[in-house]
Amino acid sequence: MALKIVKGSIDRMFDKNLQDLVRGIRNHKEDEAKYISTCIDEIKQELKQDNIAVKANAVCKLTYLQMLGYDVSWAAFNIVEVMSSSKFTYKRIGYLAASQCFHEGTDVIMLTTNQIRKDLSSPNQYDTGVALTGLSCFVTPDLARDLANDIMTLMSHTKPYIRKKAVLIMYKVFLKYPESLRPAFPRLKEKLEDPDPGVQSAAVNVICELARRNPKNYLSLAPLFFKLMTSSTNNWVLIKIIKLFGALTPLEPRLGKKLIEPLTNLIHSTSAMSLLYECVNTVIAVLISLSSGMPNHSASIQLCVQKLRILIEDSDQNLKYLGLLAMSKILKTHPKSVQSHKDLILQCLDDKDESIRLRALDLLYGMVSKKNLMEIVKKLMLHVDKAEGTTYRDELLTKIIDICSQSNFQYITNFEWYISILVELTRLEGTRHGHLIASQMLDVAIRVKAIRGFAVAQMATLLDNAHLLTGNTQRNGICEVLYAAAWICGEFSEHLEDPMQTLEAMLRPKVATLPGHIQAVYVQNAAKLFATVLRKHDGETESQAAQETSQLLIDRLPLFVQSANLEVQERASCILQLVKYIQKLQQKNVEVAEEVTALFAGELNPVAPKAQKKVPIPEGLDLDAWINEPPSGSESEDEKPKAVFAKEEPKHSRSRHTEVDEKELARRREVRKQEQASNPFYIKASPSSQKVYDAPGVEHIPVVQIDLSVPLKVPGMPMSDQYLKLEEERRQKEKAERKKKEKKKKREKRGKERKADSGPESEEDITPAHQVDIVTEEMPENALPSDDDDKDPNDPHKALDIDLDKPLADSDKLPVRTHRPEVLKSPAEDRDGESVPQETKKKSGKEKKKDKEKDRKRSKEEKKKKKKPKEVEEELLESQPEEAVQSEETKEAAAPPTSTSAEASDLDFWLSSAPVPPAAQEVTAPSSSAAAVDTSSAAAPESEPDEPKDTEPEDTKSSKHKKKKQKKEKEEKEKKKKKRHHHHHQHHGDAGGEDSVQNGTVEEEEPLPPMSNYSLLAENSYIKMMKEDADQVYDIQGNHQDESKVVVSVIFENKSDSFLKAMEFNVLDSLNSKLQRPEGAGAHDSLTVPFQLPPGVSNEARFVFSVQSIVMPQKLKGTLTFIVKSDESSTHEKLDFKLHFTCTSYLITTPCYSDAYAKLLESGDLKGSSLRLEGINMPFHHLLARICFHHHFSVVERIDSCASMYSRSIQGHHVCLLVKTSDQTVSIDAKCDEPSLLGNVLDEIKQTFSKC
Amino acid sequence: MIKAILIFNNHGKPRLIRFYQYFAEDMQQQIIRETFHLVSKRDDNVCNFLEGGSLIGGSDYKLIYRHYATLYFVFCVDSSESELGILDLIQVFVETLDKCFENVCELDLIFHMDKVHYILQEVVMGGMVLETNMNEIVAQVELQNRMEKSEASDQ
Repeated sequence: MALKIVKGSIDRMFDKNLQDLVRGIRNHKEDEAKYISTCIDEIKQELKQDNIAVKANAVCKLTYLQMLGYDVSWAAFNIVEVMSSSKFTYKRIGYLAASQCFHEGTDVIMLTTNQIRKDLSSPNQYDTGVALTGLSCFVTPDLARDLANDIMTLMSHTKPYIRKKAVLIMYKVFLKYPESLRPAFPRLKEKLEDPDPGVQSAAVNVICELARRNPKNYLSLAPLFFKLMTSSTNNWVLIKIIKLFGALTPLEPRLGKKLIEPLTNLIHSTSAMSLLYECVNTVIAVLISLSSGMPNHSASIQLCVQKLRILIEDSDQNLKYLGLLAMSKILKTHPKSVQSHKDLILQCLDDKDESIRLRALDLLYGMVSKKNLMEIVKKLMLHVDKAEGTTYRDELLTKIIDICSQSNFQYITNFEWYISILVELTRLEGTRHGHLIASQMLDVAIRVKAIRGFAVAQMATLLDNAHLLTGNTQRNGICEVLYAAAWICGEFSEHLEDPMQTLEAMLRPKVATLPGHIQAVYVQNAAKLFATVLRKHDGETESQAAQETSQLLIDRLPLFVQSANLEVQERASCILQLVKYIQKLQQKNVEVAEEVTALFAGELNPVAPKAQKKVPIPEGLDLDAWINEPPSGSESEDEKPKAVFAKEEPKHSRSRHTEVDEKELARRREVRKQEQASNPFYIKASPSSQKVYDAPGVEHIPVVQIDLSVPLKVPGMPMSDQYLKLEEERRQKEKAERKKKEKKKKREKRGKERKADSGPESEEDITPAHQVDIVTEEMPENALPSDDDDKDPNDPHKALDIDLDKPLADSDKLPVRTHRPEVLKSPAEDRDGESVPQETKKKSGKEKKKDKEKDRKRSKEEKKKKKKPKEVEEELLESQPEEAVQSEETKEAAAPPTSTSAEASDLDFWLSSAPVPPAAQEVTAPSSSAAAVDTSSAAAPESEPDEPKDTEPEDTKSSKHKKKKQKKEKEEKEKKKKKRHHHHHQHHGDAGGEDSVQNGTVEEEEPLPPMSNYSLLAENSYIKMMKEDADQVYDIQGNHQDESKVVVSVIFENKSDSFLKAMEFNVLDSLNSKLQRPEGAGAHDSLTVPFQLPPGVSNEARFVFSVQSIVMPQKLKGTLTFIVKSDESSTHEKLDFKLHFTCTSYLITTPCYSDAYAKLLESGDLKGSSLRLEGINMPFHHLLARICFHHHFSVVERIDSCASMYSRSIQGHHVCLLVKTSDQTVSIDAKCDEPSLLGNVLDEIKQTFSKC
Repeated sequence: MIKAILIFNNHGKPRLIRFYQYFAEDMQQQIIRETFHLVSKRDDNVCNFLEGGSLIGGSDYKLIYRHYATLYFVFCVDSSESELGILDLIQVFVETLDKCFENVCELDLIFHMDKVHYILQEVVMGGMVLETNMNEIVAQVELQNRMEKSEASDQ
């Protein structure tokens, strides 16, 4: 029996799967947390079991608990265990759990690298798929770097299911490891034309995401996308592409012009609303980008607006919403076409859907003009009254203020109206935006001088009725406006009708209930008012009024002196003493008004918000340097820098300590009140004194008389409405007047118009009610003009701003991980190790044991895999010749500009030519072959020649077809040339550095001396020819089995003061080497150099030679003929030269792994030779770098002062070197399958070193 | 990009959560609560777009949701996604669920959260739309289920 129970419970423990867990939780609604905690205990037990099925079950349950908010990161290691199960069922569970709870901070992630790599290369496509899906959720920079290459191979997987996943995940990889973008991009581009629509869609998706952030780098893809757009029928792809075009058009208006037609067609033809909407959106983007240049697209705008109106009128709320959204985009550039639909948009303000109302509000913001501002705001004010719920009402309030204050109050013609709107807004119940209203009041009063009189009057009434605002505790937010009111009344008190009355209002005892920072402003401004009153009564001898004012202050101020708020207290006591002193003087009949006003003299100007930031740092001032060295021991002293500038609002200075005091005071007050109430002898404050201030409402406040042509008050209307009416009348009157005037003086136009007030043409007719002088904000002298402080430096997409059209350089390759042979290290692996120092370090401690165990387990797999890198390598080697053929074809076809590096001009070509689809096709085909070039050269590390490779076809092409553009290209080439020089040097500098690291010890090594590939070919008084070592070599397979091509680039430099033209280059062909001439040319015809040389200018030309045997160096005689043209005469000159093809120039830098290298040497096919160099006085790494640079070798391995090097000829001969150095002697043992080639190469090496 | 996919019922109980950007568990729960709060107070006949889930994203992000019987399907997306496109995608996803579970109801999602995840993985990957063709999605899901079955019978 007991056994049964035990067995049962064990069974239950094993059997409780996800469904049971869910059921259990549902059955324990009351004590869910408790139940789950017992479940988690069970799960912990299950995770300890060896059975993977039990573990997987437990992990599956954890995934569910994670959804409920439980942190399951403690099980991360178990999740990894389940992930590495060989069964798909469990693997899937593991990856799901990992994708739900792993993130960059999860430390076990670094254990997963190999497991994921294994799954990625699994023969089962679903293993791969599951790994990709999981990885997409938790990829880290480390994983991205280590797996980028594996994923890139998957992009060409045979199964489209894997391809599309691999393509998509590349985006995540790019984000985490931006260096992978350039090497992977060509293949990604290829996938745009994948036969499978899913893969194509994925590629479009990724490129769209990339292009959205850095559109300029993807402009060159426009033709390809254009083709896709016109051919694809998949709405998803279409939407993405159309969205992408929306991002590209702002950069290239010509693209927009090209797009308009097909987009308009789509708009007319499609039935899918989503597509239609995106088309309209992109057309809008196009129109925006064209708005400056092309005025005649009104038809398209009309079409868009029309379609959007249909959307907005649709009963489907979604379409209505989107219609409004798109409308707001048109608004920015074509406000007029939207403004005609004002009725529709105002209608949307009444919609029951808040999203739609908010959208409509947004639209209103852009739709206002001087004409309709008052009307629109009136409508909004009505909505404010009707609106339910404070959030929407607050939104309305901010929108009203936004609309009115936009672009420096551009649309406000009557600021009196605006002030009254603000005053009306203060009547809103329970708004949070008192501060916003206050700042608007301050802004207007300060910046619009003409309005100050009116503003002060309004503020005075506000102050007088302050109890209306403060009476209700709910309306606390609004009392902020009193802050503004008090300040305005004080600062501009000269405009006050009756400063005495305002002063009295500001010193009422009730003021003491206001927040401290407002009281402080009250006290300070009371002093200002006092000064004004004194000034007013200045000159009157023994002025009763002035003395009364002093007395008032002396009576009332003590209330504030007792304030709990320090700021209030300080100001009040200061001013109180001042007033007492003044009173004394007054009693002695001394004139004080002058001195008192001097206290507050001078005007405060508004300062631009960015002004502080823009103050230029004076020369020689280092803000980071210590002014005084900090004393070493006293760290506590410099805890916080003291504020240099006083805070604007004193409320910050209120400390917690005083709050406590306030509470205490309140308590005491309460006690005292009760005491007083029960004390019959205490005389209570009469309620009548309060009644005085209880005016019925703001509407009935007697408005201070303003000097206006028409009486202000229209009974029964709120203030702002009165203005609306007045404004209409005024405008009509003005119109009539203007008509009269215009008849008289047509030419004299309104000169009074201010810049700040000039709106669109039609609105200029409306002159502002009063001359408004908008004071601009102050900026410091020599303010820096830069405005780039809005960019977010942490945006991950910033790192992806990479120029993708540039040909790939050596540094642009993905780290390829190879397996670690026990003894020998391959250079590639070392590079890998170098870039993962953190990982290896981390692993070193605890993980070592685990690693060893795992290694043992995995040794079998490793053996299998060991073969792989070699295979890959072979593939790479094979692919190189292919690529050569391809680019050769491109070159020979010499079609219109088609190479990768010329893609920018491709775009120009595409954009300028009228017939589209055929051109686009032509363009895309070669560009994909160029992509192949890039990929393979990227994969082959240290492929030095790849840069020239890319530029080469362009040159040939330019020589034949682009004579017009020559000048431009000359300059470009020159730049390129310089860059290349630079690049060479840099690269070898890098190589040297790398070599040194290969031994695992980083030596302190001197920088390499600059090296140049160019040698003098021939020179006379007119011209100098420099030849670069045959820098580009093509290996031609197929028909010309035994023929190779060599490209020689020659720099021509004009040394004379004359113009050199009609340069012709000719070489006497030998049996072995021939200059490649254009078809149809005779064997002895010379080639025209495709440029002319102005004085002092140099340029580079390339010539292709075909070579049969490469084992011997070659010398070819040649002549350059040219015409020297000076002002007076022109002469025909010639220059003879000898071209020297060294054997070195037939070698290609090819990387070789040490194991392959060892095999090669073992094979015994190679014949040896050796060389000794004496008196070499340079560091070993310089020596190696020189051999690498001048003779196209790569270092296979370096140990101390011994290095093995490898190179390969264009015809496939292997050349191996073993370089040793001791003292000043260098011995080179060499092996090669072609002895004569080897001998010549060694001779050349000897020569190189004899020169230095 | 899709930043998050949330499925919860009329009471705000999560039925599936899928974040494509890391948030700690408590933050995730808070986002669910806030999203539920925003979505649940909306009528059924208002638009399916919502701005201003302050927790995820910022101004570039929108909530796009659909309400089916007892469940809300909410996608949080940025401006690179087409609004109507995502609505269609939700429809495709739900129809796929319907096919895979044969007349799907909330209980299916409750008891088979893992399966729902596997289906979703065939639709959206790492925040990007992977497949929109329902037949293709269903085919891939079934193939994988078949594999799982064959593995189970091997034991």
